[in-house]
Amino acid sequence: MPQIAQMSETFASQLFWLLLVFGILFFVIGKGMVPKVMDTVGLRDKQIADDLAAAQAARDAADAEEEAWRTRENANRASAQALVGEAKAKAQASTEARLAEVQVGIDARMAQAEARIAASRDAAAGEIEAVAADAAKDIVSRLAGVNVDQTAALGAVKKAMAHG
Amino acid sequence: MAADTAKVDPMHQFAIEPIFGSDWAIAGHNIAFTNSALWMLIAGICLWIFMIGGMKREVVPGRWQMAVETMTGFIDDLLEANMGKEGRKYVPYVFTLFMFILFANLLGLIPLPLAMAGVHAFTFTSHFTVTGVLAIMTFAIVLTVGFWKHGLHFFSLFVPHGTPTLMIPLIFVIELISFLFRPFSLGLRLFVAMMSGHVLLEVLSSFVIDAANAGPAYGVLIGGPSFILMIAICALELLVAGIQAYVFALLTSLYINDAEHLH
Repeated sequence: MPQIAQMSETFASQLFWLLLVFGILFFVIGKGMVPKVMDTVGLRDKQIADDLAAAQAARDAADAEEEAWRTRENANRASAQALVGEAKAKAQASTEARLAEVQVGIDARMAQAEARIAASRDAAAGEIEAVAADAAKDIVSRLAGVNVDQTAALGAVKKAMAHG
Repeated sequence: MAADTAKVDPMHQFAIEPIFGSDWAIAGHNIAFTNSALWMLIAGICLWIFMIGGMKREVVPGRWQMAVETMTGFIDDLLEANMGKEGRKYVPYVFTLFMFILFANLLGLIPLPLAMAGVHAFTFTSHFTVTGVLAIMTFAIVLTVGFWKHGLHFFSLFVPHGTPTLMIPLIFVIELISFLFRPFSLGLRLFVAMMSGHVLLEVLSSFVIDAANAGPAYGVLIGGPSFILMIAICALELLVAGIQAYVFALLTSLYINDAEHLH
């Protein structure tokens, strides 16, 4: 086993070269290069974290903006709806008032017309009675040769008309 | 046949050979530039080239930069999970340790093409002189951090909460011994895992060669299955290479966490 057989003669050489090489590596690579590499990684991580934070902030701002817009929009919509409702109610009220007014006019005219109709009917009925009485008196005097006076004839006509 | 079997010595791959500078010395100790040192250097250079890909520092990373960032992130997460926020200051050390061991393990597995060119990959993590030094480094950091932060109070690490007073001396000794064993288990685990895998591959390859030399029938009957098994074990070794590097880094972070937070 050379490790043991050669130990005493090679130990100094092994120790010397190992310490020399490892020492140089430690200072050049361990102390010189590794921190720079780790700095690069740290810098990148930091940049990524910053970018992510910025993106998050932008997103939050956008969310807040949207929320504000939504509230504003809702308020606008509500006020618009209130306006529409008000206009509708006003229109309804004025329509109703106008309708009532017109209705009153119509009612009055209808009542007048009805009164006129009733008067005409009464007049017509009176005329019919008079004509009927004349006719009855005429018929009676021709058939029976009896002269009936006007009053009696009218009374008989009224009686007959009342019976239908 | 004897010459053939001698050629396939499973342990030969772990032999350290000086490449140049055999007479270099510090305070009487030889510090020749060996094949082991060469592969440490290669692992280091590969790691450095790998890391250069991560230095583009683009906000939108390419594949290579992504790979580098994944590795640093992996170690960062590991330390964060085991140690919390304090873990971050140990990232340079644990990252260097993890990547160095990982590259060493993986480079040690480089198979045929390089070997045919006469370059034999050397797995220096299969030497406990190397893994032991790495483990001792970790342990030294644990001790330094522990005594620096907590002073002598660090010894309370060896007395878990709710230990009955009577048991404290016994538990203290047991915990102390288990604590002192940590660098050994840490270093030996990596060394054993890497060495056993390479020995296994080498033994199987010697089966293939010996069986083929013994005759075509042996070659097909023994060499064939051995070869298929070798390929499967190569895949397993890639997994082991990653897992052992991870385990080393994980245990390092756990031990440092003990020093940082006691219990």
